[in-house]
Amino acid sequence: MPVSKEALDEVALSEKEYQLIVEKLGREPSDVELGLFGSLWSEHCGYKHSKALLRQLPSKSKRLLVKPGEENAGAVDIGDGLVIVMKIESHNHPSAIEPYQGAATGVGGIVRDIFTMGARPIALMNSLRFGPLTDPHNRYLFGGVVGGIAGYGNCLGIPDVGGEIFFADCYSANPLVNALCLGIAEAKNLVRARAYGEGNLLMLVGADTGRDGLHGASGLASRTFEEERELRSTVQVGNPFLEKLLIEACLELAKTDWITGMQDLGAAGLTSSAVESAARGGGGIEIDVLKVPRREKGMTPYEVMLSESQERMLVVVKKGYENKVKALFDRWELRSDIIGKVTGDGIARIREGKKVVAEAPVNVLTSPPIYRRRVRKPEWLNKLQVFDVNAIPDLPRKKAGSTLLRLLASPNIASKRCVYRQYDHQVGNNTVVLPGSDAAVLRIKGTRKAISLTTDGNARYCYVNPYIGGVIAVAEAARNLACSGAQPLAITDCLNFGNPEKDDAYYQLKECINGMVRACRELKIPVISGNVSLYNETKGEAIYPTPVIGMVGLIDDVAKHCISGFKNEGDLVFLLGDSQTVDSSIGSSEYLDLIHGIIKGNPYIDLGMERRLQRCCLEAIRQGLINSAHDCSEGGLGVTIAESCLANGLGFASSDWKLEGRLDAALFGEAQSRIIVSAAPRSAWKLERLAARYQIAAKRLGAVCGKRLIIKGYIDLSLKELGDAWWGGLEKSL
Amino acid sequence: MKFGIIIFPGTWSDRDCHYALSDILKQKVDYIWHKETNLSKYDCIILPGGFSYGDYLRPGAIARFSPVMSSLEHFASRGKLVIGICNGFQVLCESGLLPGILLRNDHLEYRCQWTYIKAENTSTIFTSKCQNGQVLKIPVSHYEGRYYADDATLAELENNKRVIFRYSTSTGKITESANPNGSLRNIAGIMNKRGNVLGMMPHPERACEPLLASSDGNTIWESIIASI
Repeated sequence: MPVSKEALDEVALSEKEYQLIVEKLGREPSDVELGLFGSLWSEHCGYKHSKALLRQLPSKSKRLLVKPGEENAGAVDIGDGLVIVMKIESHNHPSAIEPYQGAATGVGGIVRDIFTMGARPIALMNSLRFGPLTDPHNRYLFGGVVGGIAGYGNCLGIPDVGGEIFFADCYSANPLVNALCLGIAEAKNLVRARAYGEGNLLMLVGADTGRDGLHGASGLASRTFEEERELRSTVQVGNPFLEKLLIEACLELAKTDWITGMQDLGAAGLTSSAVESAARGGGGIEIDVLKVPRREKGMTPYEVMLSESQERMLVVVKKGYENKVKALFDRWELRSDIIGKVTGDGIARIREGKKVVAEAPVNVLTSPPIYRRRVRKPEWLNKLQVFDVNAIPDLPRKKAGSTLLRLLASPNIASKRCVYRQYDHQVGNNTVVLPGSDAAVLRIKGTRKAISLTTDGNARYCYVNPYIGGVIAVAEAARNLACSGAQPLAITDCLNFGNPEKDDAYYQLKECINGMVRACRELKIPVISGNVSLYNETKGEAIYPTPVIGMVGLIDDVAKHCISGFKNEGDLVFLLGDSQTVDSSIGSSEYLDLIHGIIKGNPYIDLGMERRLQRCCLEAIRQGLINSAHDCSEGGLGVTIAESCLANGLGFASSDWKLEGRLDAALFGEAQSRIIVSAAPRSAWKLERLAARYQIAAKRLGAVCGKRLIIKGYIDLSLKELGDAWWGGLEKSL
Repeated sequence: MKFGIIIFPGTWSDRDCHYALSDILKQKVDYIWHKETNLSKYDCIILPGGFSYGDYLRPGAIARFSPVMSSLEHFASRGKLVIGICNGFQVLCESGLLPGILLRNDHLEYRCQWTYIKAENTSTIFTSKCQNGQVLKIPVSHYEGRYYADDATLAELENNKRVIFRYSTSTGKITESANPNGSLRNIAGIMNKRGNVLGMMPHPERACEPLLASSDGNTIWESIIASI
């Protein structure tokens, strides 16, 4: 073989894959060609280990306009001629190396995916995972990531309306930074990322091309941190100001008929954007790298094609319109250069002046091998799933209050206010429900509608049971939307897993996707876009399998949205849904981890009940029967009631509860399919009747009352004590 | 009455101001690109929030050199109305149309939150519709909002009742904890000597309808509209 193992390592291709390339080309590839294949056949661009699994995710819906993988992001119709475009993407490895820039460019990348399609970005969310904040390095990563998101997002004027943050040991060396962006477009202005029409011109717009980010896709995103190497140079540096100009200029361009397509330059830079656009358009492309404006001298064609310099766009301009397009970019003081053209021969041809440096069929470049593996359930997983509750003592009655305070102050549960107040969450004049509720609500100007947005994914459940964890991730996201009064529309998912070439990680990926498929079918929610981040492993230690579900829902009448906090003194408080305390619900809970240091025990969910519960909650909101709804999740009933109290500073007094079973399970167990709602006394009977119609239990817990949280016989705490713990918990850990 | 909203590269509250004035308050509003030099058809110019030129160097430090700024100076010298919000306030200070400067927040973090501001002088063009001492609920969103000026300037501002808004509690108490950024004397907004140029850090265009939790911003807009 004329190519060294080192050279293949450099582009993360196996010897077998190299042989396949030789076979398909009928010759040895050139250096530049090898670089193109390395990037396009990487997991990050080519999805070679995950595609077969991802195909099972349901993507059918009558509202669906763009299917997953077809374009930069998925698109759903919300009526009134408007379309929602949405996608989530990971920037985990760059953030581990350089947290500020890694997170900042993660935001930049996902925003480009949205405005590339002609949609104005109107909301951002972030799903973050870190190691415990007791470790100074984790605090450094946390501060850097939050700072990077704030620094980049705020400058763009896109509201960051929420997300989640979770801490566990497994993320210590491998934090997760998933950024979601949602945009809105008029259906007629939706732009496709297609390079078609022989003779049309390829125009590169925005930043100059430098040596930053070489091998980002193949190197950083598609392998583990096994080797101690200096990786900093593969992280790019963002310029949000330039991105802001690109947003405005490209949205202006999207309204013209001067272009046939637009595509941002993300992972694998010019290589993936040009070749993938050509693949979608069904033609070929020709690029002269000498025409690409450079940041530094002496760059090789290989470096130009693989650079991941940020804030660049590729525009396919109709022949004859190039001067108009250029004038538009000039007005925004953006550089634009014609670097090549669309051809009709199905070949990606890269030139350096007259010399051809790469020439390969587009369909070969974009058809990496697809791997399917047969794996068995790991033995250690069986042990995790068995947990005997009686092995731990029950919570003593007199400790219930102090335990609640401990849970509220723990970084996983404590309010994330000290983070989200660093993000502009109101710009755009649409944010009706600010961060801190179960889901954000944004109104759609010019209509009565609103959308609701959330991200979810309890990785601890997925670690113990990847299948059920996958089911719950989808169910909980939908439940959060139901609590805000929204009918779920679509999912974008970010699957963060370990090395798929290892059996255990592949098993987790496969099972988790299976679980998601089941829940998506049962709840009838299509997946419209997504991203995988595999190889999240450091020195052989994988992260928890972490699927992050971004979900958007529709509220027909914005006046009928709901929030998680109690609203009126005197309202009655109900638990809707699973009202049986089952001792095993303490398994895999935050309580079990925080108080006993145990991560064990199968989570459980009944999807039929879940579906009825969500419908019941939605209907109750639509009929105006309830004033608040809060999903009962991490920390169980105790924490959920406390959060509903603290949102608006209203207390709670319980009726006489007859506690059955264990106290820890009753107060802090995490049984699924439960929502805490409050209703005016005059609406109570209607709510009970509605719940009965959906075969859902509505258990009266007490009333909104005073300035204390009182669960008779167990807990009696002032809102001040609860607030100090919950509002201040995360800040104190930093 | 005709409003003009100036757009610098990097401005982002332009659309919010436009929405508030045209859709909610039914006023005539134009966008003005920063290279425009003719402002003669406008009664009130808005310098909106955002990150003009990425806030590179210092917020407002580059925008002040935009072609529109010399026209704006002339516009203001004729007694026409100018309101700078957030980044617009920073541009006004950098360009010398208002005294003082906006420094990085004392806690060194960006801050987006609801604030209460107390109208300290209600006999101005910008606050005539406020009750004396009225407290307005209007959000802030900035990294550099800590108002600073030397003692002589502060004294002059105070003596001439040119401190228009101060951060306060919801009941109008001027306290340290009500101050989101460490501004001297809780200053949230000031006016020029002539009384036709206002700069403020909070965003009144974000508080114009009950759906978004406050309509208090309208008090300021309605004061301006009533003046013409």
